[in-house]
Amino acid sequence: MSTTTSAIETTVMESLKTFGAKAEDVTRDATWEAIDVDSLDLAELAQVVEDEHGVKMQGDDMKDIKTVGEAIDFITEKKAE
Amino acid sequence: MPRRELPDVVVTGFGAVTPLGVGAGTLHDRWTAGTSAFQDGEAPCADFEPTDHLSKKEARRADRFTQFAVVASDEALAMAGWADELPYDPFRIGCVLGTGIGGIGTLEGNHDTLRDDGAENVSPLAIPLMMSNAGSAALSLRHCLGGPIFSVVSACAAGGHAIGTALRAIQCGDAQAVVTGGSEAALTPLSRASFASMSAVSPSGVSRPFDNRRDGFVMGEGAAVLVLEDGESARARGATILATVRGYGATGDAHHLTAPDTDGVGGARAMTLAMEDAGLTAADIDYVNAHGTSTQLNDRAETAALKLALGDHAYTIPVSSTKSAIGHLLGAAGAVEAVATIQALRERIAPPTLGYEEPEDGLDLDYVPRVAQPMKTARDDRAVALSNSFGFGGHNVTLCLETV
Repeated sequence: MSTTTSAIETTVMESLKTFGAKAEDVTRDATWEAIDVDSLDLAELAQVVEDEHGVKMQGDDMKDIKTVGEAIDFITEKKAE
Repeated sequence: MPRRELPDVVVTGFGAVTPLGVGAGTLHDRWTAGTSAFQDGEAPCADFEPTDHLSKKEARRADRFTQFAVVASDEALAMAGWADELPYDPFRIGCVLGTGIGGIGTLEGNHDTLRDDGAENVSPLAIPLMMSNAGSAALSLRHCLGGPIFSVVSACAAGGHAIGTALRAIQCGDAQAVVTGGSEAALTPLSRASFASMSAVSPSGVSRPFDNRRDGFVMGEGAAVLVLEDGESARARGATILATVRGYGATGDAHHLTAPDTDGVGGARAMTLAMEDAGLTAADIDYVNAHGTSTQLNDRAETAALKLALGDHAYTIPVSSTKSAIGHLLGAAGAVEAVATIQALRERIAPPTLGYEEPEDGLDLDYVPRVAQPMKTARDDRAVALSNSFGFGGHNVTLCLETV
């Protein structure tokens, strides 16, 4: 795992825990549904990611993403662009 | 036009979060014992810890005013026996909550963010937390209430208007039951400064309604929620009936943006309408829970209104103010005071106006000074009270409440 991926993973996972998901449930394989993440959480997550990593996400960028790991990979790819 | 016969509406549960603590019983016990909740000129819910009652996510998704409402609603629904299952079709259960300002803490925090960090950092939760209807929305979500769901905004009369509106929704058949009440959490810098700049709050930090030395209200925070049900439906399901909402009167002063009409005509008419709605007269009233803010204008105008509405009975009916113990809960006040009134009626205790020592000329009613008194009732089989709520804008509400 690259340093960038690791940092993004930390941001995503810590943010989701802050939003209220149980720490033990926040894994790469966890689905949004399983950890009760909704559109408001994703909007908050997008703010944190932009603030910490400079990656700007559009409103529907995350619409096809279903798991924590997919989100981390997507953000990592966007950062590399 | 004669008033139509309307179905009776009963209270089957209530709950409260107040500066005296979490729980409706705490409010009654501590107020009647003479305890007040003032700290540094305010009455905060100092012991309230949201995550004692809500999950981390629920707490984050709710402004403090909504958190209070949710916790009060849990107590109320449990008391009504609704904790495990709703007794009616969810689409037949409404929720009407009052607030004066809504999520002003959220608004102020996000305004700080806008100013200091830029628009892109304003929270996506700002609107859903600050909107004045957030409380009724949260209760609908939490308890699966699918009937008419909305909030009522009428400054310090909002809690009373909410209960009156809930009463009418049931009587008119829009709902079989309504979860109602009021909540407020406005101990914030902008709110404090705004009330102070209009000289509404007490510079001495003491709430002493009707006392000659009173110098303004003391801000408090909290919520109360009541479960109202169609009486026939409640009896059919074997519910414990705690009280009946006998009457509701609402008027407007059409006088001034903030000051009450000193003659008390609008307030008096609200009381008269509530008694007419109840089919009762001044001779039937055993107790009045006054709006009693501790401002010069309100307490004088309310005393005038009581004399107009109750005639000679005004001098013998005990009148006291909950705000002497917990300050002014603004849009929550009417609901918290309705819960306090119901408990006072059930216990046959007239709770005291704490801090009342020095009479003012013309303010010559029985304000139950400092110590609770046994409540004498006109009839042995029931106790009846009026509860007043008046708000900036000239909003006047009176509820007529009865218990066995």
